[in-house]
Amino acid sequence: MTPLREAPPATRPADRRALRRRRPLGRAPVLLVVPAALGLLFLVLPLAGLLVRTPWGTLPQRLTAPGVLEALRLSLVTATLATFVCVVLGVPLAWLLARTAFPGRRLIRALVTVPLVLPPVVGGVALLLVFGRRGLLGAWLDATFGLSLAFTTTGVVLAEAFVAMPFLVIAVEGALRGADPRFEEAAATLGASRWTAFRRVTLPLVAPGVAAGAVLCWARALGEFGATITFAGNFPGRTQTMPLAVYLALETDLQAAVVLSLVLLAVSVLILASLRHRWITAP
Amino acid sequence: MTAPDALLDAHLVVQRGPFRLDLALSAAAGEVVALLGPNGAGKTTALRALAGLLPLDGGYIELAGQRLDDPAARRFLPAERRATGVVFQDYLLFPHLSAVDNVAFGPRCRGARRRDARAQATAWLHRVGLAEHAHRRPAQLSGGQAQRVALARALAVRPELLLLDEPLAALDARTRLDTRAELHRHLAAHSGAALLVTHDPLDAMVLADRLVIVEEGRIAQQGDPAAVAARPRTEYVARLVGLNLYRGRGAGHAVVVADGFAPTLAEPLHGPAFVAFPPAAVALHPARPDGVAGTCWPATVDGIERHGDNVRVRLAGSVAALADVAPDVAAELRLHPGLPLWASVAPARVRAYPAS
Repeated sequence: MTPLREAPPATRPADRRALRRRRPLGRAPVLLVVPAALGLLFLVLPLAGLLVRTPWGTLPQRLTAPGVLEALRLSLVTATLATFVCVVLGVPLAWLLARTAFPGRRLIRALVTVPLVLPPVVGGVALLLVFGRRGLLGAWLDATFGLSLAFTTTGVVLAEAFVAMPFLVIAVEGALRGADPRFEEAAATLGASRWTAFRRVTLPLVAPGVAAGAVLCWARALGEFGATITFAGNFPGRTQTMPLAVYLALETDLQAAVVLSLVLLAVSVLILASLRHRWITAP
Repeated sequence: MTAPDALLDAHLVVQRGPFRLDLALSAAAGEVVALLGPNGAGKTTALRALAGLLPLDGGYIELAGQRLDDPAARRFLPAERRATGVVFQDYLLFPHLSAVDNVAFGPRCRGARRRDARAQATAWLHRVGLAEHAHRRPAQLSGGQAQRVALARALAVRPELLLLDEPLAALDARTRLDTRAELHRHLAAHSGAALLVTHDPLDAMVLADRLVIVEEGRIAQQGDPAAVAARPRTEYVARLVGLNLYRGRGAGHAVVVADGFAPTLAEPLHGPAFVAFPPAAVALHPARPDGVAGTCWPATVDGIERHGDNVRVRLAGSVAALADVAPDVAAELRLHPGLPLWASVAPARVRAYPAS
């Protein structure tokens, strides 16, 4: 909509200050401003501390030390694979929850969100009990295919996907609920089957939601620690992802831990910054 | 009324809580039928049932000899397998597709190759005069253009039955006039049947060959627009076409409607009857008029408003009526709510017709 008359431009500094002084609701109350500032400080200070304690002089050598790049590569690969698994399985699950009615749907939605509140270590234990060599499914997989998932790179992907999937399902389900289902009806009247309507109409409409969900999911997978170390162990080059490497380094070499943490922080900020304007904007 | 040559033959029964839709509908090839009725009458429900977006609870739908829905026989053909095209009220153009891809969507879904579908879509856009806007997204189209894309998209699947849900409601007055004329042309060129849902009597009268008036889920009246306009049978239709309408009993040269109100007629009539006359035929007098031929009755002014160049006066009394008088007459009578006066109507302006 275009306004009939454009508002007078407030470009002169004096005007702008005058505008800013006009506060119809009064100034923000101290009881809100002080805790808000403290909260912000609490979030930012540790990150600043990390930057302050970084051994900038020896950074290049430390970054190229054996194991660091390997752990980074493993982290990026497993997080990406886990995100892929989550998208392939999670989007249909979100569609089912948002677009169909079946008994027990509320229960299923609650179940989907369990990994969100479950301590990741518990998730790792649960995964071991099912996919471990003597687990419910693991024993069968081992006997039939000679396939063992626990303590392998596949196990890392599994652990990360288990923990990260709810982020994707919740984001996509929200996007689907926000998308007008009548577009699917319009597609049906044009001869589209439900699958075609999903593929050609619904999915493009909720693509920003899927992307936002995938980014959240990827970030969560990248930082996964508890479930991974429980289910996949801590084997350098195979299952030792960055968070695990940080934890291990902390016990032997504080400066190495700081450098590894810095790398994780940089990767996270980079991803966030590159996607900020595209998907993760608040209204 | 099921014509033997009807392309569409349907008896729609849908139960929604206390609301029950029960309509017998038919349409011949090339015919445009308008479902006209107040909000909540069940028009859109009927359209959704025909499109296959809502299963029937009873009755049946038969289109070109094919049963689309028949709950008794447990038969239901889903929307994507029906030969129907729908123009939705707010068009529902796919926002992520260009105009030409929106129109090509139907042919693609019905098995056309990508290139063929695009060629067909381009031809349809050309037909609705939007060839140069083919690559615009719906957000970049004006309301009238979006309406034409929606029409082209619905026609591109070559439907036997074209369904239009309030196709002009979302447009402003000026666009509406042009788009209505445009729509009329395309409906005339459509070889299948068309069913138009609207609450605007002008749209219905201009676009349709036959009106079906729906009130509270049932057919209140149907016929060609001229017949419906000339002989309304319900309060709603009378208001649409701007007539005073009463139900009474014909007793020779008068129809007795109420105590003290029995309009006299030029032609005798017996039995249950409707009486209708336009507000402009009503004359107002400060006292009981002498020597006025026709019917006089005492009334009270209930309300006054402008109506075109005249003043529309709402009258209460033994019967409610509308009267249109010239502004100078209104001034002379010093009209104000609560004023008692006399009204009269000439027999020549009174139309009466049997109610059964």
